[in-house]
Amino acid sequence: MTQNVYLYLLVAAVTLYAIRALPMTLIRKDIKSPFIRSFLYYVPYVTLAVMTFPAILGATGSRISAWAGFVAALVIAYVDGNLFRVAIGACVVVYGVELLF
Amino acid sequence: METQKGDGFWFKKGLRDGVPIAMGYFAVAFTLGITAKNIGMTPVQAAVSSMLLHASAGQYAAMTVIASGTGYLEMVMTTLIVNLRYLLMSCALSQKAGSGMKMGHRMAVSHYITDEIFGIASAVEGKLNPFYNYGAAAVAGPGWTAGTFLGALLGAALPDRLGRALGVALYGMFIAIIIPPAKKSRIICGIIIVSMLASWLFSILPGIREISEGFKIIILTVVIAGFAAWRFPVREEESMQEGETGR
Repeated sequence: MTQNVYLYLLVAAVTLYAIRALPMTLIRKDIKSPFIRSFLYYVPYVTLAVMTFPAILGATGSRISAWAGFVAALVIAYVDGNLFRVAIGACVVVYGVELLF
Repeated sequence: METQKGDGFWFKKGLRDGVPIAMGYFAVAFTLGITAKNIGMTPVQAAVSSMLLHASAGQYAAMTVIASGTGYLEMVMTTLIVNLRYLLMSCALSQKAGSGMKMGHRMAVSHYITDEIFGIASAVEGKLNPFYNYGAAAVAGPGWTAGTFLGALLGAALPDRLGRALGVALYGMFIAIIIPPAKKSRIICGIIIVSMLASWLFSILPGIREISEGFKIIILTVVIAGFAAWRFPVREEESMQEGETGR
């Protein structure tokens, strides 16, 4: 198995790089179509929102601490917006809530 | 087109923004390492898989294929399906990069497109400077690899409560990326609410909840961003904000 593992990993790595690099290297001009421009403008918001919820509810030890972390992140992001402080703030709240319950 | 701030400025900014990513990565990768150990991979193999792939769901899927030993074609197909969302992210980044970015930089930036680095890179004001991605990857990459290595080496030795608290860091970052623009735009705010509700529905509805996480992301992104682009095309001035120089 030992030899095979690296070959398997290499196959996966080449495939993954192709997925990541093809659009980035082939689409080098600014796209003119307003529809496609708007579509790509909205993509990150949808993708990140979909990845966050409801997955965040299963990321911690309990539903309660997860909801607390989620709400804390929303509030800190709304008030402050700093990446680091939001991430740490959510972690601290989750940690604190799990200590209590 | 060109950013006024130098490459050094963007590299340092990338390093800074990479720190919370690295922390979250470490916790997530640690559990990934435990999985690697369970299917019989050595810590070194686990670390190599993280250096080569750096994709959480993608690595889980790759490990499943390795564990079952079903063949290289299966590996290609599984990798394509589970990671197809990166194709969309790469399309979006190609525009964020702007026509000024050189081929070599495009190829290097592509290597480290992950959910999180895509997230912070698309949140940068103005056009993307590749050194921002390099800085973030320089911090986040070792966090990911070290986490996987130690997970495979130590197993479940990380204090549970700490690991679980760190696990929420990545989601906190996603939230920090999407909420501030939502304050300024009702459309973006609406898109986020609809996306989260739809994602939640996809996770509970019978039948639909069988759809893999990767496909769910693709389907919802194409449908919701497509609908929004059709109903609320971005006015040229708004998207031009992105064309201005970075802050």
